[in-house]
Amino acid sequence: MSSSLTEIRWHGRGGQGAVTAAKMVAEIAAEHGKCFQAFPEYGPERSGAPIVAFTRLSDDPIQCYSAVEHPAIVLVLDETLLSVVDVTDGAPADAAVIVNTEKSPSEIKKVFDFGKRRVYTIPATKIAKQTLGRAIPNTPMVSALSKITGQFSLGEIEDHLRHTFGKKFPPKVVEANVEAAHMGFEEVQE
Amino acid sequence: MTWDIKDIQKWSPEEHELGAVIPEAGNATLYKTGGWRSERPVRDEEKCTQCLFCYFYCPDTAVLVEDGKVVAFDYDHCKGCGVCATECPVDAITMHPETEFEGGC
Amino acid sequence: MSATTDTQHLIQAVTGNQAVAMAMKQIDPDVVAAYPITPQTDVVQEFAEYVAAGSVKANFVTVESEHSAMSACIGSASAGARTMTATSSAGFALMWEMLYIAASMRCPIVMTTVNRALSGPINIHCDHSDSMGGRDSGWVQIYNEDAQEAYDATIMGFPIAEHADVRLPVMNMYDGFIISGAIGPLQALTDDEVKAFIGDAPTYPNLLNTDEPMTFGPFDGLHGFYFEHKIAQQRAMDRALNVIQGVYDRFAAVTGRQYNHLMTYCMEDADIAMVVANSAAGNARIVADQLRAEGVKAGVIKLRTFRPFPTAEYAKALANVKAVGVMDRADSFGGVGGPLYMELLSALYQYDIRAKTANFIYGLGGRDIFPQDVETGFRLLQAAAEGADLPKSRVYLNMKGA
Repeated sequence: MSSSLTEIRWHGRGGQGAVTAAKMVAEIAAEHGKCFQAFPEYGPERSGAPIVAFTRLSDDPIQCYSAVEHPAIVLVLDETLLSVVDVTDGAPADAAVIVNTEKSPSEIKKVFDFGKRRVYTIPATKIAKQTLGRAIPNTPMVSALSKITGQFSLGEIEDHLRHTFGKKFPPKVVEANVEAAHMGFEEVQE
Repeated sequence: MTWDIKDIQKWSPEEHELGAVIPEAGNATLYKTGGWRSERPVRDEEKCTQCLFCYFYCPDTAVLVEDGKVVAFDYDHCKGCGVCATECPVDAITMHPETEFEGGC
Repeated sequence: MSATTDTQHLIQAVTGNQAVAMAMKQIDPDVVAAYPITPQTDVVQEFAEYVAAGSVKANFVTVESEHSAMSACIGSASAGARTMTATSSAGFALMWEMLYIAASMRCPIVMTTVNRALSGPINIHCDHSDSMGGRDSGWVQIYNEDAQEAYDATIMGFPIAEHADVRLPVMNMYDGFIISGAIGPLQALTDDEVKAFIGDAPTYPNLLNTDEPMTFGPFDGLHGFYFEHKIAQQRAMDRALNVIQGVYDRFAAVTGRQYNHLMTYCMEDADIAMVVANSAAGNARIVADQLRAEGVKAGVIKLRTFRPFPTAEYAKALANVKAVGVMDRADSFGGVGGPLYMELLSALYQYDIRAKTANFIYGLGGRDIFPQDVETGFRLLQAAAEGADLPKSRVYLNMKGA
């Protein structure tokens, strides 16, 4: 396995866009010559049910299609999952957990056991509501991932939103997403 | 019969029922779907006219009725779809984020 | 039993289909759900006449397709009813989805498949494309040479299918038209003998038992036990080898007709051997006799049990043979050879037997096969036994433009 390999696990609910977020990261990686892989844990589509998706990023071709067992990064798109799913399952002690919540890391650490893992929080849904007018936390979550992993930059997210994303959506939506990305990058806290 | 599946993850192929039969009736209730919910329905007792629309519309039989009256929601199985709130003719049912409740987050 | 003096077991002149319909009448299953298709039609038609005449108690379910026929059979067998059906060719293909479900739900259904080609060009005649294509569906498969074998296999169906070590559906094959429509000799058992042989159906979880309600055919997804259920099916197939032989032996004790997984002919000292299924086996034996008369040590293995495949028995029978020919009345396009050939090569390799081999494709779409065609194949084997090479590609017997 390549030493440059980063394995990411996404926790969300059916219909919340975890797969879309994983795909966005994959597209950014593609635009910058990185090797990547993004896939959900397949099953019956059930709106609201806890779902899991995976992203792998690497400088070398990715050959393993198994589920990610030991994610270095765990992203939780919906904080209500914390009481339903063990989001730290299999994540090593030095893993980072990024939770979409308006609470601070110290507040949620009081309620849930994350072990020695680094815990970050980001009010991604709040940001999305402010900027996009809709509760779609994907873009700020992706920029939080960029800040914490350094695998890609805020500028690269911006490029992606303006160019690839911009082909499908009107400029107003694109700029709202760019703003969401910036806010996400700024508002992550450890 | 009652079906003891405590260790089912460790069962050998021979330990499973032939043809994947589930030999216990009505055990779908053991599968708690409440965890799918990000919003929960809350009923205003004052506004409720006991028309039972919520009971008939609920796809998960999660509206509990006793003696012809709605008494509670079964939060172990309610998936938070909100059809009860949508169909309530007097707006007695409202949906609230799970984060507002203890044990939510 | 001696056919000429035994008045209870007189030789009758019947078609293959009549023989099977008679066996079904004697078994008198609880349910028959079937749809007519050439060349199986008379099986269903004759059985329907027995139902109409009140000579059987069976519930005959008329359905609108073979997919429905097999679906009805699955429901019926899951309700604990002894269930039979019959099909052929396109009807078999239309059952495809349900064949797998019948096997995986462990329904002990007994089905007759009258072998017929699959279109196109549209063709109603015999080859083995239908049942050979369904060889991985999880059904026990027994191939039969003539009306007598087809009748006997039908009687032996439930004792195999319902056996606690097996609990799998069983299909019995014989050649469309060549056997299904031809009139041949049949020595039937008496009704009492049939009843005694098959016994009462064992009880197993029953869909209609309201005292103990259960769920049949549930979803079992990514983190479930589908894999373990498939392993259980294969293990049942492994156990079926012994069970089937046991039923063959018990049948021999009643009738004197001994069946085995492989029906060997002149194989004890054979240098060359032909493996063949169903009605063409007779021609192979005729040619083997001719070659024996010339001093060539030729033998024949007639396929009988195909699923489960008796790998070890083939290895044993072919251990000292120099060249083996496999006659396939079906092809696996783009594959190593026909389905029987591939199976046999794997068996030989597994047992370190390195006889020379050749694959003879014959009889597709009812193309007739004559003794001289089989001889063509045998002569290649004879040359190979004396040092020549055998062709790696398929050899077609009785092909036009050759």
